[in-house]
Amino acid sequence: MTTNGTFHRFQGTPGYIATGPLVDAVNCAIALGRPLLLKGEPGTGKTVLARHVAEGLGMPMLEWHIKSTSKAVEGLYVYDTVQRLNDSRFGTGDVADIRHYIKLGPLGRAFAASERLVLLIDEIDKADLEFPNDLLRELDEMRFTIVETGDEIVAKERPILLVTSNNEKELPDAFLRRCVFHYIEFPDVATMRKIVAVHHPHLEAKLLDQVLIKFYWLREQPELRKKPSTSELVDWISALLRSGISQKQLEEHIPFVGALLKKEQDVDALGRYGTQGGTIPARWADLGPRYNQ
Amino acid sequence: MFLDLFYGLRDEGVPVAIQEWQAFLSALAQGLHGADLLRFYHLGRACLVKSETYFDAYDRVFARVFKGVEGQLGDEVTDRLLDWLRDAKDLPQLTPEQLAELERLTSDELMRRFLETLGEQSERHDGGNRWVGTGGRSPYGNNGTHPTGIRVGGQSRSRSAVKVAEERRFADYRTDQTLDIRQMRVALRRLRQLTRTGLASELDLDETVDETCRNAGEIELVFRPPRKNDVRLLLLMDVGGTMDPYVEPMSQLLTALHDERGLRAFEPYYFHNCVYESVYTRARMLRADAVPTADLLRRLDERWKVVLVGDAMMNPAELLQPNGNIDPRRHSKTPGIAWLHRIVEHFDRAVWVNPEPTTEWDFVQTAKIIRRLFPMFPLTVDGITEAVQALIGARV
Repeated sequence: MTTNGTFHRFQGTPGYIATGPLVDAVNCAIALGRPLLLKGEPGTGKTVLARHVAEGLGMPMLEWHIKSTSKAVEGLYVYDTVQRLNDSRFGTGDVADIRHYIKLGPLGRAFAASERLVLLIDEIDKADLEFPNDLLRELDEMRFTIVETGDEIVAKERPILLVTSNNEKELPDAFLRRCVFHYIEFPDVATMRKIVAVHHPHLEAKLLDQVLIKFYWLREQPELRKKPSTSELVDWISALLRSGISQKQLEEHIPFVGALLKKEQDVDALGRYGTQGGTIPARWADLGPRYNQ
Repeated sequence: MFLDLFYGLRDEGVPVAIQEWQAFLSALAQGLHGADLLRFYHLGRACLVKSETYFDAYDRVFARVFKGVEGQLGDEVTDRLLDWLRDAKDLPQLTPEQLAELERLTSDELMRRFLETLGEQSERHDGGNRWVGTGGRSPYGNNGTHPTGIRVGGQSRSRSAVKVAEERRFADYRTDQTLDIRQMRVALRRLRQLTRTGLASELDLDETVDETCRNAGEIELVFRPPRKNDVRLLLLMDVGGTMDPYVEPMSQLLTALHDERGLRAFEPYYFHNCVYESVYTRARMLRADAVPTADLLRRLDERWKVVLVGDAMMNPAELLQPNGNIDPRRHSKTPGIAWLHRIVEHFDRAVWVNPEPTTEWDFVQTAKIIRRLFPMFPLTVDGITEAVQALIGARV
């Protein structure tokens, strides 16, 4: 972590390969005190980024995973009415003090925390269309009032907000205007080499060449419905290493294809290659130059 | 020229407002772009553009505005920048507070910093690599901890921002182009009207508390039906003839709608050219597939939303004359226009989605007639979004 007098700067961590633009976007969001909205193909590391930002800046982190039933106010606090009813019926707990039944949500805890922290709002697009709009004021002013008690919670330190979206729903303009936006592109071969090196530092260079050729070739096949992503590549390499497969075997076919392709139709489609539909390259190594610019 | 970027984006339909522009200026004032036009490009994109669908527009505008800037950051550019900074007050719709904010940001300090960094960059382009790691002599360094310390990944520096912009790698994400299924689904997600009907399976907290009180403290749980989508959709699709080129986007729309499980009810039918006495359950349109249009109107009440998809392109006689149906197997005494009238009158909301480019609409006589009956939208993500809005949004 570097402090240059004005704000904390994120510089990436050894466990996460961040491209220059991504690092700039993170720092821009921190400097402007605005949420950073992250989009990108599944498996490009949107969620993981938050953990590494927290690690890189040495701050604690809170996660708020959004579901289709999530409501904005739940992120601030929940008033557990049912528990209170229950306690009053059976004479347990201190029913007189409503504060016992107010439980702060992730956003509420981030505001109430005594130190600055990183808050991840994961998959915000899963919630109702109006969800982000309900948080506008809280995010702008970094404060909210607990209606039941009249208590006001004001953030001492503006938390660093990272918001991820999978594009299932469009987000409202008013919310977007307050965000810094970054689209995580699928890594090119050079970046992918660095990413793989983080997870499998002892992988042989020749084996990695083979692996990447097959991986990027698979991603180019239009017949496949779900393209394999970075996390699947990393898993696949683990599987290859554990099985101790030789480079020779890897040259000839694609072993453990189930680690890369998650849809039955895709595995079937690949199985039909050669008889109908696409063609499997005769010599994989010939594709090397194409994927190794 | 700076402002050209702002207005260029607006002209391209990118929804960028003064709020974002201020954020961008504030980021520049903090030196987040370093001394690098490429990072300036990325910073601008992060602050001004909020969806990858607009990245392509940003690339086009950026390439246009900053073309030729690199390598020749001479007096001319400096003058233009100075001009811009002076003209900043001409920004439209500024409140006094915003104006004050803007003036604060565009103060001499920012100007000096920006010019210095750009100037520095031109040096770099002339062959030197002097700004990297020379913390002490950089323009707004902090005793050697200059922001350029954040560089990550060396390869990006060798590419120029304008080159990156000119590559236009995000052209595929433009939404005004015809769409893919995922984008179509996103557009159709808005087709929602939530109501509470059906089985009571959700705890109604307020009622539970009230009932428990009435019950003298003995807990009385009250349930209510969860909120569900109440939208019923009738889809009528033109097939064959002039519609053949549009089989692909049409089938995507149909797939996306079939996937849209949230709908309360969904019925697709086919027609050729115009709706006459019958519509068809299958695209082959055999007699066995026919469903009388009048039956549809009887069976489906006015709450059904109607989407007609077709190019609205036919011989005027096919629309306006009795026996206009060009299919020799069928006779239709009622002209097509009358059926369209009945649809409009029967249903509360109906829209027409036209796969032809909007520029063609005015040259097709029948399309002009049909547009008087139905609001017409293009078969693109934006078009579908607007059509959905017309189906469930507030009436305008």
